Amino acid sequence: MNNVSKTLYPNNWKKPPFIKRSWLRWSIIIGSILYLIAALSSMDINIQRVLEGIPRGQRFIESFFPPNFSDNRGVVWEGILESIWMAIISTVAGIALSIPIGLGAARNLAPLWVYMTCRFIIAASRTFPEIILAIFAVKLFGFGPFAGFIALSLGTIGFFAKLLAEDIENSSPAQAEAVKATGANWFQWINYAIQPQVMPRMIGLSVYRLDINFRESAVVGIVGGGGIGATLNTAFSRYEFDTAAAILLVIIGIVMVLEYASSHLRKWVQ
Amino acid sequence: MVVQKKQDELIWKKRTTREQWINWFYWLIGISIVLFAWKIISDKTVWFFVQDAPRQAADIGSRMVPPKWSYSLELIKPVWDTINIATLGTVIAMIIAVPVAFCAARNTTPHSTVRIVALFIIVASRSVNSLIWALMLVFILGPGVLAGTVAIGLRSIGFCAKLIYESIEEIDANQVEAVKATGASNLQQMIYGIIPQVLPTIAGVGIYRWDINIRESTILGLVGAGGIGLQLNGSINTLAWTQVSTILLVILATVFVSEWVSAKVRGAII
Repeated sequence: MNNVSKTLYPNNWKKPPFIKRSWLRWSIIIGSILYLIAALSSMDINIQRVLEGIPRGQRFIESFFPPNFSDNRGVVWEGILESIWMAIISTVAGIALSIPIGLGAARNLAPLWVYMTCRFIIAASRTFPEIILAIFAVKLFGFGPFAGFIALSLGTIGFFAKLLAEDIENSSPAQAEAVKATGANWFQWINYAIQPQVMPRMIGLSVYRLDINFRESAVVGIVGGGGIGATLNTAFSRYEFDTAAAILLVIIGIVMVLEYASSHLRKWVQ
Repeated sequence: MVVQKKQDELIWKKRTTREQWINWFYWLIGISIVLFAWKIISDKTVWFFVQDAPRQAADIGSRMVPPKWSYSLELIKPVWDTINIATLGTVIAMIIAVPVAFCAARNTTPHSTVRIVALFIIVASRSVNSLIWALMLVFILGPGVLAGTVAIGLRSIGFCAKLIYESIEEIDANQVEAVKATGASNLQQMIYGIIPQVLPTIAGVGIYRWDINIRESTILGLVGAGGIGLQLNGSINTLAWTQVSTILLVILATVFVSEWVSAKVRGAII
């Protein structure tokens, strides 16, 4: 009986690695370690300064409390309202500009040269963050919410036109053809065949963009573009950290409300 | 869709009269809000500067060409810093975001109060822009790359954790149950049942956020948090427009390369 070979079942099991090719896995691991060493050594962290900063940071955070909502100059609410108006108008203007660009950037609607032009506009608008656009807008249009409005509208184009174009490209060609077969002209074709297909998603995206524009309006103010960012920057440079804390809390609150509203609106539309 | 009968003729209409009125009413409200917002913004605008803008734009434009190519050699270190800020910031964010995401997901959270805290962390981190985080961290940690890295990290936690927790909530429960049926503990269920399902998402989100962070870290220098924004701010303030255009081109190239890299890596993972 002894020479009957026992069937061997494996009694230990190892999780398969995430990256299967071992040379790739090891070169990624070694590469990342080398990169981390190079990056950290070039950062020249001043430990002394960081240690000094800890009690300073503690005082800094302490001076945030209690948040001071009722600043005697009433600047908090004024800034918030300015930001809200700025976000609304720049979302509307940005979307109005993105619709023709988005239509032009959809390969199934536009001829090649229109497509290339519109794609270029989108790429240019997407590359630079709103804040760089805002710096130039402030240089051109002077300080104030108008510069912020221009920067945010331009930023909206890159976001909205790109998603609109992609959505149009993914829309069903059968419906478009059916409407075309009734003898519809170009505008009727867009209005009855393309628009109903992309509308639900676009409504959701415009609320989302409103949310982004409101958040961005908090930073374009730092470079002079008006809105709550200007108030926040003033509060920081006057060391009025309790006011700054109030502003940050109000921003967080409004963003939460907008996020909640937009997720509900999207569910309701779809 | 309604069909009306008028003098023995059938007329096709998209909406009933009532729906039409309601629709117009919504448009009226929307347009009034936009006009009101526009009035507020335009009251705060000095129109003289706006009229002057085309001339200014032409002026700055003519000063920006040709870009000062020799300056780009001085930009190698700032670009390296920018990439480090984005990469290390993303690493910090991912290390914190994964546990936060597990606390925030409905099916893995240890307790409902923990979930609320985790969701608040996500919203707070998302609603405060990285530039504002940097503004605060420069006060605490001192100007430099470290403040920028931590700012990017704090800003990215919310974004990454939100996307990860949504994918955790959507996992296939059968696989977890199968692991549980072998007698695995809670931790083992997590390691062998849940993590393998969400690992591709985690990697994808990290790379996506890295791409965004490259863009964001180019501007952190405006508030003194290191990277190429420092040079940009300096060149704009000293009106060195040929340097500004060089910097913008370098940013363009960096963003382009990072987008290409992230597309390649994401393509390899998914």
